[in-house]
Amino acid sequence: MPINYYIYFCLALFSIGVVGVLTRRNAIIIFMCIELMLNAVNLLLVAFSKMHHGAAAAGATVPSTVGADGQIFVFFIMVVAAAEVSVGLAIIVMMYRNIHSVDVNFLNRLKN
Amino acid sequence: MSIIQILFYLLSGLAVFAALMVLLSKNPVHSVLWLIVVFFAISGHYIMLNAQFLAIVNLIVYAGAIMVLFLFVIMLMNLNSSAEPGKHIWMKLAGVVAGGCFLIMLVSLASQAPEMTNKTVQMKEGNVGLIKELGKVLFSDFVLPFELTSALFLSAMVGAVVLGKKDSAQ
Repeated sequence: MPINYYIYFCLALFSIGVVGVLTRRNAIIIFMCIELMLNAVNLLLVAFSKMHHGAAAAGATVPSTVGADGQIFVFFIMVVAAAEVSVGLAIIVMMYRNIHSVDVNFLNRLKN
Repeated sequence: MSIIQILFYLLSGLAVFAALMVLLSKNPVHSVLWLIVVFFAISGHYIMLNAQFLAIVNLIVYAGAIMVLFLFVIMLMNLNSSAEPGKHIWMKLAGVVAGGCFLIMLVSLASQAPEMTNKTVQMKEGNVGLIKELGKVLFSDFVLPFELTSALFLSAMVGAVVLGKKDSAQ
């Protein structure tokens, strides 16, 4: 598969996430769109990792681990996303408890 | 047209459609369910790239844990009948136009990049995505970040508990 197809697909997913963050007002939906963007980047990282691995494995006789660090990076992104979601959802629950809404437009000032 | 290409187009179309439905559905619960469809499609992509470890971790962590957390919070707040007051139509249009310009700019950049021409992705072979190889790299070159991850999780856990606690002072 040419790498360009993966790039276009991941850019489409990322842009859908950007449009969601810009147009929706529900804080939970905005949060889910951020997850969508993270996943688009993850898929592109894995595709690039396999691209480099394929290029390195074409000439080599011994099995190489070229491209493994890209997948390790994806693993760490998932770890950070899990921690981020737990804290972010706690913040959303606290916000709902205070203003009884998850509309981000109520949060347009820092005081009160 | 080989089976790989058919699967690629099928999974990509499914993922883009489900991602659009995440945006367009009014009910937050439906958005969560469509997002799970996106994650399953992306896991299918990982399997096609022979990144088996990441495919399973994606399913367990994202579709399993994170999405259940989202559903739990939505049902806790009883947002099922979300009365989201409609944003002004021009604001929505501006958001869509901005996102579209972003997409067009990035696609034109990627299609002109000389580094990306005539490069192919290795499909369904190559053992770099197996648990054995990733484990060796993770526990030799990336030991320190792996251990720091535990501190990150501990602080996230403490933060979530502190934020979610009822304020007894007021």
